[in-house]
Amino acid sequence: MLLPFFEWCESTVIASTIQNSLWLFPVIESVHLLGLCLLGGSILLVDLRLMGFGLTHQSISELNRQVRPWLLVAVTVMLVTGVPLFLSEAIKCYYNRSFWVKITTLPLALAFTFLVRNRIARADSKVAYINATTGAISVVLWFIVAAAGRWIGFS
Amino acid sequence: MNGLTDGSSLIERFLAWLGATPWSVALLESLYVWPLIESVHVLTIALFVGTAVMMDLRLLGFAFKRVPASAFTERLLPWTRVGFAVSLMTGLLVFYSQPVRYYHNVFFRIKVLALILAGLNVWLFHSRVHRRVSQWDLNPVPPRAARVAGVVSIFAWALVVVTGRMIAYNWFDCDLQPQPDFVNWLAGCVVEAGVE
Repeated sequence: MLLPFFEWCESTVIASTIQNSLWLFPVIESVHLLGLCLLGGSILLVDLRLMGFGLTHQSISELNRQVRPWLLVAVTVMLVTGVPLFLSEAIKCYYNRSFWVKITTLPLALAFTFLVRNRIARADSKVAYINATTGAISVVLWFIVAAAGRWIGFS
Repeated sequence: MNGLTDGSSLIERFLAWLGATPWSVALLESLYVWPLIESVHVLTIALFVGTAVMMDLRLLGFAFKRVPASAFTERLLPWTRVGFAVSLMTGLLVFYSQPVRYYHNVFFRIKVLALILAGLNVWLFHSRVHRRVSQWDLNPVPPRAARVAGVVSIFAWALVVVTGRMIAYNWFDCDLQPQPDFVNWLAGCVVEAGVE
């Protein structure tokens, strides 16, 4: 049912430009990886804090507030580079199990981070298990997104 | 390309032997172990480069201005170190699966140089700049030496990540001739007369 959409994705100008270039895919992919590092750092800083590790002398809300601009930069870089990468091999992705794992977990991870985790971090709750659970869920969700993303290239 | 000639160096002979060991061959030919090791390599790089960059942003005075710089080295650095240790081990395993190919890969060679640069920067920062951290621990913008360490760190690790990704491409491999002399020099390729 979705296949025509994926075929259309791969027929876009962006897709064909990347396909016809030797360098574009690796270069965009490299920026995607740099974004992954920034995303990993800015996500983990708060997740570790929520679970009682890392910068524990700072309040959760303060850390969350300070890391937020960098998290937004990272997510933006990931989307701006990830979308063209997808367009250039949309049909391969359609038949790729890892892609589907990634693309269904990604909205969950984003929604959890910006709707749930953000509120819990801002509340500076003293209930340790709520904080720890929030941090753990975030780590697991983003781990699935990143690991499945890497596995797209293997399967 | 794995073929040794009379001109092959001791390193090349050693790596050719290493790549012919049963474990190396099994690793390269494995269906799941190699991709798993490579995945752990990438994810632990995200862990250690990510946390290192967070500290660099503090050193540059770009973020976390009210967090003492020492909080990063005392509380976050252990995570950076664990991430680095695992990515180093998995990276060595990946190298072990195809030693001769990586040895002659231009991107791999630049990556090793970038790693040395990053390592020197870490050593200089901890042996000199961080020794006096108590004098500037709470400065919103740390002294010049610390900021330089932060910039060099971001640049060097970014170069490691990008060249690491590019190793996958064989554009400049020795068996793809002709190549510019500069490329062959950088990749350590010995091009025999008449091969081109």
